[in-house]
Amino acid sequence: MIRQVALIGLLALAANAPAATTAIVGGNVVTVGPQGTIENGTVLIVDGRIAAVGDDIRVPAGAETIDASGKVVTPGLFSPLSQLGLVEVPLSAGPTDGAQRGERFTAGFDVADAYNPRSTLIAINRIEGVTRTLSAPAPAYPDETGGGHIIAGLAAVVNLGDSEALERRSAAVVVSLGEGGSQFTGGTRAAAWLTLRNALDEALDYREHKGDFERGMRRPYVHSVADLEALQGVINGNTPLIASVNRASDIEVLIDFVSDYSVKAIIAGGAEAWMLADELAAAGIPVIVDPTANLPRSFDRLNARLGSATILARAGVKVAIGDGDTHNARNLTQAAGNAVAHGLDWDEALRAITLTPAEIYGVASTSGSLEVGKSADVVIWPGDPLELTNYPDQVFIKGERIPMISRQTLLRDRYLQSGTPPAYRKRQPDAQP
Amino acid sequence: MIVAIATCGLLAAGCGKDEQDGGTAAFASRYEPLPSGTTLIAGATVLTGTGERIDDADVLIRDGRIAAVGTDLDAAGADVVDAAGRWVTPGIIDVHSHLGVYPSPSTESHSDGNEMTAPVTANVWAEHSVWPHDPGFTTALAGGVTAMQILPGSANLFGGRGVTLKNLPGRNVMDMKFPGAPHGLKMACGENPKRVYGARSQAPGTRMGNVAGYRAAWIDAAEYRDKVKAAEEGQGEMPKRDLKLETLMGVLEGEILVHNHCYRGDEMSIMLDIAKEFGYRVGTFHHAVESYKIADLLAENDTCSAMWADWWGFKMEAYDGIRENIALVDRAGACAIVHSDSAIGIQRLNQEAAKVMGAAARVGMDIPPERAIRWLTSNAATSLGIDEQVGTLEAGKMADVVVWNGNPFSVYTLAERVYIDGALAYELGNEDLNPVTDFSLGTSAAAGGAQ
Repeated sequence: MIRQVALIGLLALAANAPAATTAIVGGNVVTVGPQGTIENGTVLIVDGRIAAVGDDIRVPAGAETIDASGKVVTPGLFSPLSQLGLVEVPLSAGPTDGAQRGERFTAGFDVADAYNPRSTLIAINRIEGVTRTLSAPAPAYPDETGGGHIIAGLAAVVNLGDSEALERRSAAVVVSLGEGGSQFTGGTRAAAWLTLRNALDEALDYREHKGDFERGMRRPYVHSVADLEALQGVINGNTPLIASVNRASDIEVLIDFVSDYSVKAIIAGGAEAWMLADELAAAGIPVIVDPTANLPRSFDRLNARLGSATILARAGVKVAIGDGDTHNARNLTQAAGNAVAHGLDWDEALRAITLTPAEIYGVASTSGSLEVGKSADVVIWPGDPLELTNYPDQVFIKGERIPMISRQTLLRDRYLQSGTPPAYRKRQPDAQP
Repeated sequence: MIVAIATCGLLAAGCGKDEQDGGTAAFASRYEPLPSGTTLIAGATVLTGTGERIDDADVLIRDGRIAAVGTDLDAAGADVVDAAGRWVTPGIIDVHSHLGVYPSPSTESHSDGNEMTAPVTANVWAEHSVWPHDPGFTTALAGGVTAMQILPGSANLFGGRGVTLKNLPGRNVMDMKFPGAPHGLKMACGENPKRVYGARSQAPGTRMGNVAGYRAAWIDAAEYRDKVKAAEEGQGEMPKRDLKLETLMGVLEGEILVHNHCYRGDEMSIMLDIAKEFGYRVGTFHHAVESYKIADLLAENDTCSAMWADWWGFKMEAYDGIRENIALVDRAGACAIVHSDSAIGIQRLNQEAAKVMGAAARVGMDIPPERAIRWLTSNAATSLGIDEQVGTLEAGKMADVVVWNGNPFSVYTLAERVYIDGALAYELGNEDLNPVTDFSLGTSAAAGGAQ
């Protein structure tokens, strides 16, 4: 009996072996890595990883070969900020998991425990090329049911595959500053900084005096142990703060703050970040830019403009592109294309939705570009991936060929013929007309 | 004669004739075109908005109107704009905007788009909320938008009258009003009214409550109309003017066009039945996320659908959104429109259309640019009742024209020149020409024009 099971296991392995090797051949391969763009290139995938990339790769016998001639092959897209897997329908449709009300937890709130890889949003976005995202907590702005805290919690890097989706827990801590932060701190942004400094001061004190604290010989902290533990990554410089901030003056304070506490920060939004491009470059603070957000929607964004990604990138700031959208995280390519329309180099724009997000969240050794050893997140496009009319022909996540089906394509197919869909006229199998 | 004036007065700006005659109706358009000369846009790829594409073609503009479109036009004395490699389309028209009523910056003090004090506020007019210094008008102009309808929000069953504007700066809304354009009436289905009023334990709290609310209002409107008509014929007294019923009566008389926020196909179907019950027409369903499910019904009823390319899932009634919605409506022969409902989206309606074209092509629906451009030009003009004046590049129409620096359905393409009534209203990078709103003075937008 035991032998039989073992045999079946072996057979299964043998059957899977050829499928575990895939060669994508003939495409225009944009590696976003040191190899640059390779015409008529091959991407060889073995056991979910990229085994070789180049124009002179021998395809092993038995490999599944996919002809990508005339196509463009890129790394999977990486949405730098979304709530994929946390939110289904956000309004009047039951609980969502992406924001925590109440001040019981701050940094300790970890969305990874709520992540749902079977959310309908996952398939809808991955068939359009999104293979990874930072799934992040959102601030729970005060309303009649209460509010949250300027520190929204811990974000996680996930892949949009069907299994082992969590790539990196505690990849970032999300914090609201500027006008957003002021909503939690009595109506002034100054108090938001005070709140954040206090949190890090407590985390530092806890680190140095953990033993005393546990023996009850240290002053009480405002934050729970879970929060202080979560903040250890921040003060150790392993976990970046994602600072949601727009006004130039707040960004100036952030630059000083990062220096004072020796922490890492990433700006999300940053409508006026372009005004401090050189300073941000010097401070090594990346910016997640929404290239189309050009309106002064608030007094923190009076100098919002098009072309800010270009100004930041030229100054040497690491630029990721994304608007934080969840349902339409897939529109990353449109956002990147608009940045190109306003001056950003095409290669920079593609990097801003692939490798740069991987870098800023510390997962570039395994994703973000088509390089040997990295996870085989690969997209085959019929043409320029940033063009609006181009949708992926095929997406791979960790080497798995993703079924190019979503709830939306199924709805589409149901209604492709006009009139009442045949699905509405189904009979029971044993029913006679 | 006296009777006619009385009716016009009663319907106020709903009476287009009065405005065209230069009459004295309150809030009539005071729009004045910029001065313009004779311009020949030469050698471009022209999408006329009628479904036609003409390569290497010229567009001749004279006296603020389209004089001719064709190849090798003779235009002695015209300013010639070399448009080789450029594409030319009619001005973009957005049927669903809240510019001015929900302006930038988004402050409580300027939040004037939803009269959320009662479910039936057909008496309010969006134009009385429009703040003409919203910087969103100038950024929309940079996206080729030459006209738009400003609507009240969707909290109410009847949200009030919408107004169609020309996208030129004005000191007040009358300066911007599209001459002779009919008013719209904003109605709303579904989640919003029932959520807003249900939360106050007030009707409507359900979708059936919504429908009861529409029907009760139409019953009142029909009664009011009958009394007015009878009084005009000397039978009975003219009822006291009622702004709410005046608007609803304008719809029953076909002078005000219905713009009905409605996502779900089943709800749209019910709204079409209500229209039949009371004898009015649903001009356009807005947002219409599920129009693809009832495209044949919409074609049959001659009702337009104004849609996003891909917004979906932010609420239950938007959960069944698909990328091919607009294409499937168009294919069924119904009037399909791409709209924005967004101060950002309005800046690139051409891109929204392009995403639909690409999605449609995946399932064998090849939609050429000359067909897709109708979604944001001529079909939008039809929805607003201004299709006699704008929406296509046909001789005699207002010369609202966009010159694009490439194929407008490419993500890399920008509007290079925008003409309104034959005058250059915007030029890419031309700081001396491009409008800057009062609000934007002293900001980066003022330094670089609309950015």
